[in-house]
Amino acid sequence: MSLDDISIKIATDLNSIGSIDALLNEIATRLARFVATGESAMIDLKSLPFSPAEYEALRTTLGRGEVTARLETIGDSELYETHYPGVWWVTHYNVEGDVVAELIEIAAVPAILHSQPEDVQDGLERLQQQLSKK
Amino acid sequence: MEQELLLWVRGTGLQIAAAVFVFGMVYRMLHLLMLGRKMSLAAPRGSEWSGGLRTMWKRSFVSTKLSARGNFTVIAGFIFHIGFFITLFFLSQHIELFRAVLSLHWPAMPRGVIDISAVLAIGAMVALLVHRFVDPVKRLLSDYQDYLTWALSFLPLLTGFMLLREIGFEYITLLTLHIASVELLLVVAPFTKLAHMFSTFISRWYNGAVNGFKGINI
Amino acid sequence: MKEHETLEQRLQEQGISRRSFLKFCAAMATMMALPPSSASAIAATLAKVKRPSVIWLSFQECTGCTESLTRSHSPTLESMIFDMVSLDYHHTLQAASGFAAEQAREDAMKEFHGQYLLLVDGSIPIKDGGVYSTIAGRTNLDMLLEAAQGAAAIVAVGSCAAFGGLPNAQPNPTGAVAVSDLIKNKPIINISGCPPIPAVITGVLAHYLTFGALPALDDQGRPKAFYGETIHDRCYRRPFYDQGKFAKTFDDEGARNGWCLYELGCKGPTTHNACATTKWNGGTSFPIESGHGCIGCSEPKFWDAGSFYAPLPAPTADVSSAAKAAAVIGAVAAVAVGAIDRGKKTQAQQSREKLTVDDLKGE
Repeated sequence: MSLDDISIKIATDLNSIGSIDALLNEIATRLARFVATGESAMIDLKSLPFSPAEYEALRTTLGRGEVTARLETIGDSELYETHYPGVWWVTHYNVEGDVVAELIEIAAVPAILHSQPEDVQDGLERLQQQLSKK
Repeated sequence: MEQELLLWVRGTGLQIAAAVFVFGMVYRMLHLLMLGRKMSLAAPRGSEWSGGLRTMWKRSFVSTKLSARGNFTVIAGFIFHIGFFITLFFLSQHIELFRAVLSLHWPAMPRGVIDISAVLAIGAMVALLVHRFVDPVKRLLSDYQDYLTWALSFLPLLTGFMLLREIGFEYITLLTLHIASVELLLVVAPFTKLAHMFSTFISRWYNGAVNGFKGINI
Repeated sequence: MKEHETLEQRLQEQGISRRSFLKFCAAMATMMALPPSSASAIAATLAKVKRPSVIWLSFQECTGCTESLTRSHSPTLESMIFDMVSLDYHHTLQAASGFAAEQAREDAMKEFHGQYLLLVDGSIPIKDGGVYSTIAGRTNLDMLLEAAQGAAAIVAVGSCAAFGGLPNAQPNPTGAVAVSDLIKNKPIINISGCPPIPAVITGVLAHYLTFGALPALDDQGRPKAFYGETIHDRCYRRPFYDQGKFAKTFDDEGARNGWCLYELGCKGPTTHNACATTKWNGGTSFPIESGHGCIGCSEPKFWDAGSFYAPLPAPTADVSSAAKAAAVIGAVAAVAVGAIDRGKKTQAQQSREKLTVDDLKGE
């Protein structure tokens, strides 16, 4: 007996459920607001009840765009712009590689990519220290 | 607290209600039969059995032309009874209960059919209550028991419908209320007009048998 | 004993960047079910707070709750326990043992009197003076009452500490009770579940640190952010329930199609927990996603609520036998009373005076 003998069906008919459409509408509304007022927004994907198939459907629908960024801090983080500019898919992993947060962020650039003033200040001090040694 | 309440209505409460219902119904029906009928000394002109069974069957259908009560009462009454019957016996959740208690089960009806039946039954009951208030004859004839039995039959339907659609309260609250309302109905039924759920067939047979004996064919 | 520093100082010492901290706070916001945009506000507050002292007491329990917490995926146990709080006593996790361990507990209780957070897992047996569970020769009851006095708040971790759980199930031979049955004068937060979701344990601690107060609680003392909705409300199989599509066995067509598990005993409709969204094992899945119904482990008395595989409409007591007995009694009563009534009827008929022609003439 092999894995193929176990009859597993992947649910493909998702039209009856409709929670993906609801989320896509939400994204469209937020994106429209971002275009009009510049107000960014975040949607927490982990708080929404998706079946694995629906989750895949959402991923496929949003697709992947031109930019992908990776953070290497207390585990990795992957941020990529979807097929729709301004709509970012943000996934934070911990050191063990588990997903600890998954968000849709509507912004020109996800907030966490910006250099933080405290870190910049700290970096400046280190650079000046380096220079003063010479 | 709410879990404890639910546990009670699903356990001890249901035991008490079922015991009172079965005891009351068996007692009342057997007692009715025990009293018996006066022996008729006349020569029979027809069969009691065929007359009795025919009447039991025939009166399960709407026959407005013979009714002195008026079309509205008869039709609304039938709609209520059929809707109540379908929701009671063909909702899958109820079949699960019968399976657990009686070890019997049968196929459920689709949820759409159940929804329509429940709405029709609720609507018919409300209409019948309004008619009872508006119609002077009916109002005069009604006593407290008519309103009590109306309320006791209406509550399980209403709470059950709210539960299926999760309207107004949380599932657990509605489930507790629904089961409790059914238990109230079970406890009171044998000792009120609601005992007709069994006695109606006995009285139909009786009427039919008397007519059959006399050779009257209706 | 050392004075507890702020989390920011602690992180700086370890060379952790502000950006890392922001990421950590984003994970926190997700965990606490707060809007993701609140991450920066959380970061601002968390950076300033002093790490509180935490004393963890394990009573009549199976260590499943601790096992659950040590699998808390976000933040890792290390960062959670050693960065956010100062865990001064946990007899399973701490290195010290014997007298040294008990000494650490007593020191922390004295040093941070009125400020420490008391975490309790396991129920407390109170029958026969509480002799059924003791630590270092002292009863759980005695230890709890003493530790509760100086606590700022108590967190009851797991269904045993929150509601009595398994030890409290019928017939409850040790007289096990919940923390809230014994302590009335301290704020108590119940994190029920068998075990509770690890992220919920850490989420509540994070909330306490961020806001300096316990989160909003439901009528069972559970944080609304995690226990506000039922499993059923958030279940991805919910549309099948509404359509009346149910799996009848664990391997039928319905089960393979992922239909609702209601008829297989799922207690999701009456169970409040965050499993359907927070999920288990680092967000992998939750029981219903794996094809098994919810057993209702985060609700009081779940061990006494009938079989895990009996559907919700099924009675939890033996109704059939009660009904059969009632039928027999009803039949006997009907025959007895019926015989008496029949006798009365015959007697009445016999003693009735017959109307004669003379009676009519007389009128």
